[in-house]
Amino acid sequence: MDNRKKYYRGSTDGKAPFPRDPLAGAKDYYDLIVIGAGLAGMTAANVLARAGFSVLLTEQHYNYGGMATWFKRPGGHIFDVSLHGFPVGMKKTCRKYWSKELADRVIPLDSVKFKNPQFDIETSFDEVDFTRHLVETFGLTRKNVDEFFAHVRGMNFYDDSGETTGELFEHHFPGRNDVHRLLMEPISYANGSSLADPAISYGIVFSNFMSKGVYTYVGGTDHMIGLMKKELKQSGVELRNRVQVEKILVDSGRAYGIEAHGHKIEAGAVISNANLKSTILNLVGPDKFDAEYVKEVEAIRLNNSSTQVYMGIRDGEEVPFETDLLFTSTRERFDSPALCDMHGESRTFSFYYPSGRPEASNKRYTIVSSMNAHYADWADLTDEQYETEKAKLNEDTLVALENLVPGTRAKIDHVEAATPRTFKFYTQHQLGSSFGTKFEGLGYSMDLSKQIEGLYHAGSVGIIMSGWLGAANYGVITANKVDSFLRDLAELKA
Amino acid sequence: MTRDEIILAVKDIITTIAPDEDLDGLNNTDPLRDQIELDSMDFLDIVMELRKRYGVQVPEEEYGVLNTLDGCADYLLPKLEGQELKMVNA
Ligand SMILES: Cc1cc2nc3c(=O)[nH]c(=O)nc-3n(C[C@H](O)[C@H](O)[C@H](O)COP(=O)(O)OP(=O)(O)OC[C@H]3O[C@@H](n4cnc5c(N)ncnc54)[C@H](O)[C@@H]3O)c2cc1C
Repeated sequence: MDNRKKYYRGSTDGKAPFPRDPLAGAKDYYDLIVIGAGLAGMTAANVLARAGFSVLLTEQHYNYGGMATWFKRPGGHIFDVSLHGFPVGMKKTCRKYWSKELADRVIPLDSVKFKNPQFDIETSFDEVDFTRHLVETFGLTRKNVDEFFAHVRGMNFYDDSGETTGELFEHHFPGRNDVHRLLMEPISYANGSSLADPAISYGIVFSNFMSKGVYTYVGGTDHMIGLMKKELKQSGVELRNRVQVEKILVDSGRAYGIEAHGHKIEAGAVISNANLKSTILNLVGPDKFDAEYVKEVEAIRLNNSSTQVYMGIRDGEEVPFETDLLFTSTRERFDSPALCDMHGESRTFSFYYPSGRPEASNKRYTIVSSMNAHYADWADLTDEQYETEKAKLNEDTLVALENLVPGTRAKIDHVEAATPRTFKFYTQHQLGSSFGTKFEGLGYSMDLSKQIEGLYHAGSVGIIMSGWLGAANYGVITANKVDSFLRDLAELKA
Repeated sequence: MTRDEIILAVKDIITTIAPDEDLDGLNNTDPLRDQIELDSMDFLDIVMELRKRYGVQVPEEEYGVLNTLDGCADYLLPKLEGQELKMVNA
């Protein structure tokens, strides 16, 4: 049986039962309604409330944060789902759109390691240290490496050459499967991209990481989301959880509100933080767009999903410092699509030490293993097959961990798996997509308001705009457009 | 607003956005990005602040004009005619 079910007696799907109308007392009109409280939705809501607009933020789950989430388990365990690391830019983003208190908690990881049959290295994951490794460990010339970095650093959104990431690597490091692995694997875990995706999506994200390495948030995801909620309230945002938005109301090509739980609430503008395709095809509905446009949207590819195994260390046990992030594989050579294999040989371990949650009353260690995954591999399993596959995932992960850090397995007293089904269940992303859509989704997201006036999308999309930093920044980019729209609207009314 | 006032207005906005940067030595001719640490998100914030404080709309295609302080002044001079300088960080 799924563990979480015992927490909500009386519910059949693991979610808390609905005791009352989650929109009771809501107003009839807001300047802005945001659907979804992921990092993009929350950041957009905060920026626009600070700019003076009335904002209603709705979230179907009882927690805010979307994929930026955590959960507790008996025995004092607390697991972070997507706090493996992000680029330094998150510090500035927190400082500008949230608060100094949040920004001060964004600090660098101490160590990143790689362990696979091709190489075994520790790195600070920045340009200087990667250059050192590429020259000293991989035997490349300094000139070769410098040229590569100059090339990716110079890439920007407006000069997409059509080159794939695989072609980019082949161009600079022909035939060097080991180098391709070093460069690609971590980014594949960070945003689901592969060698087949556009080089520019790689270049932008890779350069963001290479500027200063990998950062984390001290205090845990729960602490960060807690501060964000406080900040949202201070900015005047009306927060409503357990609100399943069913429809975006559209009349004559203009979005004018939402429908949920029997309420129709009107708004000057609507931002959807739900999955891009769900927003267009389900929340608005295909009848509101040209048939041609709907076809194009249907063809947008979603990014892959994930599996994770959460391992809690027994109270009183310690895990000596190993590293923060360990990219590992037992596969002889790098094979980009194989990172999504259901029974794959590659995984990333995140090690969490008590220093990451200084406020916690109990000093606990946790380890989370993540893999990329395809929803299709998990979708049609019977309940029995599903349990068997999850047990296999747990066991394979524990064996891998024990090989890497002997003696750890015996200290673990809680093991639990999440699958593409889990991610779909909690965030309602189509196919449990962990990182939005492939590159082509970006244009559709950015131009949504050209199809439906007053309707905007903010959320992981197009590979570039994903991850904590990408999602939060995209929330601001969308907020800027909405701000412009709402000010024009106010002027019209006046 | 005069040209000089517009430059003051823009500097005041940058102070809000990048409170840790020292703006005393800024010249009007070199790209702002070369003088202080400003990224594309910061320029977006400048655009939002201009809209909020002065009601000026800078269309996305024209963000490039804000690259230098002189560029800001040239572009904003006709748009801010008759408006008062508002200093938030004075
Ligand atoms: C396993 C995993 C590990 C990851 N690790 C990292 C990492 O280490 N670093 C990193 O930077 N990123 C990581 N990511 C990616 C990152 O978490 C996401 O890109 C980011 O959090 C997405 O934010 P978002 O705002 O786009 O959307 P989401 O977080 O998906 O938020 C969308 C919200 O909308 C709500 N919603 C949807 N439909 C409706 C509706 N109809 N009505 C009301 N509410 C609705 C959902 O419940 C959800 O809360 C990871 C992701 C996964 C899955």
